[in-house]
Amino acid sequence: MTDSPVSAALPLPLAESDARVAVRDPTPPSTRAVAAPWQDALFEGTTRFFASLVLVLLLGIIVALAINAAPAMQKFGLGFFVTNVWNPVTLQFGALAPIYGTLVTSAIALAIGVPLSFGIALFLTEMCPAFLKRPLGTAVELLAAVPSIIYGMWGLFVFAPFFGDYVEPLLSRSFGQLWLLGPLFQGAPNGIGILSAGIILSVMIIPFIASVMRDVFEIVPPVLKESAYGIGCTTWEVVWNIVLPYTRVGVIGGIMLGLGRALGETMAVTFVIGNAYRIHASLFEPGNSIASALANEFNEASEPVHRASLIALGLVLFVLTLIVLAFSRYLIARMARGEGAKT
Amino acid sequence: MHKTVLSRLIIIGLAAVATSAAAVDITGAGATFPYPIYAKWAEAYKAKTGVGLNYQSIGSGGGIAQIKARTVDFGASDAPLKPDDLRNAGLMQFPAIIGGIVPVVNIDGIAPGQLKLTGSVLADIYLGKIKSWGDKAITDLNPGLKLPNEPITVVRRSDGSGTTFNFTDYLSKVNDEWKTKVGSSTAVAWPEGVGGKGNEGVAAYVQRIKGSIGYVEYAYAKRNNQAYVLVQNRDGQYPKPDNKTFQNAAAAADWKNAPGYYQIITNSPGKDSWPIAATSFILLHVKQDKPQNAAEVMKFFDWAFKNGDKMADDLDYVPLPDGLVGQIEASWKQDVKDASGKPVWQ
Repeated sequence: MTDSPVSAALPLPLAESDARVAVRDPTPPSTRAVAAPWQDALFEGTTRFFASLVLVLLLGIIVALAINAAPAMQKFGLGFFVTNVWNPVTLQFGALAPIYGTLVTSAIALAIGVPLSFGIALFLTEMCPAFLKRPLGTAVELLAAVPSIIYGMWGLFVFAPFFGDYVEPLLSRSFGQLWLLGPLFQGAPNGIGILSAGIILSVMIIPFIASVMRDVFEIVPPVLKESAYGIGCTTWEVVWNIVLPYTRVGVIGGIMLGLGRALGETMAVTFVIGNAYRIHASLFEPGNSIASALANEFNEASEPVHRASLIALGLVLFVLTLIVLAFSRYLIARMARGEGAKT
Repeated sequence: MHKTVLSRLIIIGLAAVATSAAAVDITGAGATFPYPIYAKWAEAYKAKTGVGLNYQSIGSGGGIAQIKARTVDFGASDAPLKPDDLRNAGLMQFPAIIGGIVPVVNIDGIAPGQLKLTGSVLADIYLGKIKSWGDKAITDLNPGLKLPNEPITVVRRSDGSGTTFNFTDYLSKVNDEWKTKVGSSTAVAWPEGVGGKGNEGVAAYVQRIKGSIGYVEYAYAKRNNQAYVLVQNRDGQYPKPDNKTFQNAAAAADWKNAPGYYQIITNSPGKDSWPIAATSFILLHVKQDKPQNAAEVMKFFDWAFKNGDKMADDLDYVPLPDGLVGQIEASWKQDVKDASGKPVWQ
């Protein structure tokens, strides 16, 4: 009756000839013979325009940053990224301190935020009583809705004094004497510094990572978890060995989302980081981050070299975010390669 | 149905355009130093004439950049531009208000006006050479005062600021090491300390951190009830910071012979002069492409010079001497012109 294997397998309500055309015709919609060809072409053209607009904007940003950072690059060369100096009077600039501050505060934020978010997601999906799920989930998401400047003000007026008066002296007394970790926790405990900024950042990124984790944990097929429970696995074993590997793409994505926010966060960091162009082993000392330096100085940078140096800092942040994104894709690809392997 | 909706929209649109054309609001941006008094004047002026003033306190450097870019009607800066810079940028400047910068401290048991420091010791603290409140240099100046042996946390500005310009100018005048090592500008490479954003940020940091010292405009110190420090002036005295001592510092300046009113009144002579006084300036374009806005700006400042003295006094700013006001208004007439060369100020 027919020569197409598909129409033999499926009961098709359409006329035979239509079915064959729809299944076997590989030409794109706009070139097929249809009743009103120009509307399809217009639709495709419009959507293609919007998609390419995004690409053009991205390229435009990179080009604009590179052009405006050129005077600083010409004057300082690649040493700009590894020297620690910031002198608006003699016009000597080096980006090492802001880069270091950005990386360290983001690392602290991830180190504190990821385990906490994992715990929140685990509780909400596995152990939470049904009546508490909805309000708790909403509360976590509400944390994400708080504007970052409110975090900054809370950090400066509530968190920093409490941290400086009680927690920092405690850390200093207990960890400050150890031989390796010690230098990290020595210094004047005034609540303003890299550690405070890192902790406030972790509070800010927890809702993002926790929401993504909770969403992907929830879509794990129940049959997988039930089979594991059925053979006697504990809750922890189910989550660590079944749920997490299944959802790793989403989890990595959520972590990278949080990291992206931590890298670029401006107002909350600038209130509590102390804005000092210094690199110090101690986490209690003030430092600076790229976004905070830009927010503070861009307005009044009237010298061309000063402005170009700030834009070069912005370019560094842009490149950092691209590296983070590329790294996350590489991580996912590497994990995917190990799928299905016998362990 | 469509015709009536369309006609209603047109009427609403015309009404909106008609009302917005009536009131000309003026915009300005710049120094945080005079922000409290400009805000107070603007409020009273709007109540009287209905013309609103929108002032963004983004720092003196920001004000200079914005007026050069013509995004605002006037710029405000605590650091005056040199006559060459004024000429190159096509701007004229005039002083608007005078105030004082005071160091503030947060030490247990020290009340406002108790701690005494010389300018040189203050510079050494900011250089990081004096690290603790129990240091001999400080206790020698304050024999009767009980100072704890706590480390000093230095607080300074993180953004560019005319307050910083005047403060570092004073430190450069009284301490040679500061002059060579750091210098004076709206933003400098601070050897020490944490940076707060704006006068407000520094005041907040000093309030939060025990054992800290910072510098703010006197109105901020007074409003937040912070412990200010007495600084030794050029004649060796320790005057209290208030309108009289700021006025004495300003009186010593030679305004008549300064082109572009370029005068920095730190370290002024006089036994009752406050050593860290500062003038705040307004910048206007010499060639106006929006003469109506420029006229409104000058009308506002004319009103403020004539009626705003009491408000300035309440906030411990110093209004300009009357002779200077006359000189300024003559400069308006002489310098600010519209596209056809006609002076904007009548």
